[in-house]
Amino acid sequence: MPTVAPIDLDDHCLATGFLDEVPVFALASGQVVRLDHGTHRHEMHDGLLATAATWDGRSLISGGEDGKVMRLDADGTETILRPSARKWVSAVAAGPQGAVAFGEGRVATVLLADGYVRSFEEARTIEGLAFAPKGLRLAMARYNGVSLAFVHGSAPPIEFEWKGAHNQVMFSPDGRFLVTAMQENALHGWKLDGKPGGEQRHMRMTGYPAKVKSLSWSNKGKWLASSGAPSAIVWPFSGKDGPMGKGPLELGQRADTMVTCVACHPIEDLVAIGFGDGMVLAVRIADSKEALLRRPGKGPITAMAWNKPGRLLAFGSQAGDCGVIDIAG
Amino acid sequence: MSEAPVPAPDPAAPIPVTVLTGYLGAGKTTLLNRILSEPHGKRYAVIVNEFGEIGIDNDLIVESDEEIYEMNNGCVCCTVRGDLIRVVEGLMRRPGRFDAIIVETTGLADPVPVAQTFFMDEDVRAKTKLDAVVALVDALHLPARLKDSREAEDQIAFADVVILNKTDLVTPEELDRIERTVRAINPSARIHRTERAAVPLDAVLDRGAFDLSRALDNDPHFLDHDHPDHACGPDCDHDHDHHGHDHHHHGHDHHSHHDHAAPSAIHDLTIQSVSLRGGPLNPKRFFPWIEKITQLEGPNILRLKGIIAFEDDADRYVIQGVHMIVEGDHQRPWKEDEKRESRIVFIGRDLDREKLERTFLACQA
Repeated sequence: MPTVAPIDLDDHCLATGFLDEVPVFALASGQVVRLDHGTHRHEMHDGLLATAATWDGRSLISGGEDGKVMRLDADGTETILRPSARKWVSAVAAGPQGAVAFGEGRVATVLLADGYVRSFEEARTIEGLAFAPKGLRLAMARYNGVSLAFVHGSAPPIEFEWKGAHNQVMFSPDGRFLVTAMQENALHGWKLDGKPGGEQRHMRMTGYPAKVKSLSWSNKGKWLASSGAPSAIVWPFSGKDGPMGKGPLELGQRADTMVTCVACHPIEDLVAIGFGDGMVLAVRIADSKEALLRRPGKGPITAMAWNKPGRLLAFGSQAGDCGVIDIAG
Repeated sequence: MSEAPVPAPDPAAPIPVTVLTGYLGAGKTTLLNRILSEPHGKRYAVIVNEFGEIGIDNDLIVESDEEIYEMNNGCVCCTVRGDLIRVVEGLMRRPGRFDAIIVETTGLADPVPVAQTFFMDEDVRAKTKLDAVVALVDALHLPARLKDSREAEDQIAFADVVILNKTDLVTPEELDRIERTVRAINPSARIHRTERAAVPLDAVLDRGAFDLSRALDNDPHFLDHDHPDHACGPDCDHDHDHHGHDHHHHGHDHHSHHDHAAPSAIHDLTIQSVSLRGGPLNPKRFFPWIEKITQLEGPNILRLKGIIAFEDDADRYVIQGVHMIVEGDHQRPWKEDEKRESRIVFIGRDLDREKLERTFLACQA
């Protein structure tokens, strides 16, 4: 039986994660709470807007209303990567070799571990950022598409156009697909392994009754789970054309509430599904078998993350009733 | 746990949003500084396009780049402001810091995407409510503005409240003419005359102009000013000359503008309004009609507002719209002494007055 260790933080939880197995909860006020032999509170920002875990799993990058970009390490070390500024830092991303990117208005800036800094300016506001799994490339979601920039060198960004506002961007773990969540209730995808200069291959993933806020790739990128419907919408990406011509799975359907957050297990083909009433289910993709991980709580689930071995699931809600679930009890 | 000294606002109650529009120099910043500095006990989060001129310390001033998004549904008039969605979402994650939001737009801003954001984005709509669109108009420069910009006209056409500012810079006759122009563009807005944006704040804030239960109720003479038979009674709170004026003959008779000039008589206007009146309507005719009109004419309609009497219905029905978005609801029972008539105004461009009137009257029971 799963057991839940609750922690009430009384604030909108924006993100959660494990830094070297230490659970952290990032709150909208700007505080990050670290559970390491006791509760440690770090005042990282005056108003937190975006977070990203570093690829080595040891640190949390964050951006805030105060214009700061910060790093919090597993041991509690706080580092200012960029001091206060006027504009909100509304997107951050972590990349290979300690690379960090942050977006403020129409400018995205990349900071590399060796001190190299480079900024990219777009014509429209940058809403989402993601580093490609291979090579030092940064995807910037914007109105009418995504720009994919090379951090080094002078080649111009590759433009992926699709009409509408793109709020979030992600690469599949194998780098074959680029997926965005849009202002309207849809995902959009591009196939990246086509011939250079060839026609762009689009994937339209529509039919959601609500905006898609949460996306998660399964282990090895076979599936892409998403929120925005009464069930988790899980698109198949194992074929060479991704989900083109195939329908998604609908897992953990509820009648009276919506899926607000999804997190795929790091090893098994299993997805944790968080709902608008605070309930958390684990559903196996192969046979849709469901297990209740947490009963409904005070507010919609807004954040979830597994630890590396996949035994612990940290979750946070809009109302601040957060916790860590041990699925093995 | 800390104890709050004052009761925190109900976190579930939608936060009211006031939109300030107006050409550069019309007095938006002056009004904003007054709102932020007067001792009214309320806290405001302010979204501006550029910091700078606001002289008040307020940590809740957020700078955002105006960013217009067309919705990907093939409808050209379905536009929202992407930056507002983002900023409002961020602000609303930390409720309790402010009681209301004010959006200051640039002089050239189109007010429509701003307003539509509060209807079309599900998250914004769930947490906030549009209270009113307030347009500041520089009385001295309005004629020139109307000649050279479509935006100035749009801002007036779209407003719930028009602040006719800098009245000290024009003669009373010019001012009357300017007010007639404003009225010709928008017969349903409240007009306040001021100097240095010195309008009482309750004329600007907490208006409930988009709230169907309130919208047209605090305006007992909705569209009356457009009607030749209308004479303002003592309960008329249309503000023609209460504020910042030297001539104290209160009494509306000396204003000749109650017999409004037809819009066509005023040069440089591309916006027209069509005010319609009729008896009680048949809902089976009215709803398909309003749906068809807004579907077909939506791009040309900036605002529509109406109070509808339905046959065999004890309640008033109120309706309002922005382009193709239409909302309506039963509001309250008709009062004993109220004339059961249906009134509706369309404000827009290239409206077919004859067709609107004919088809509206055909909805009568």
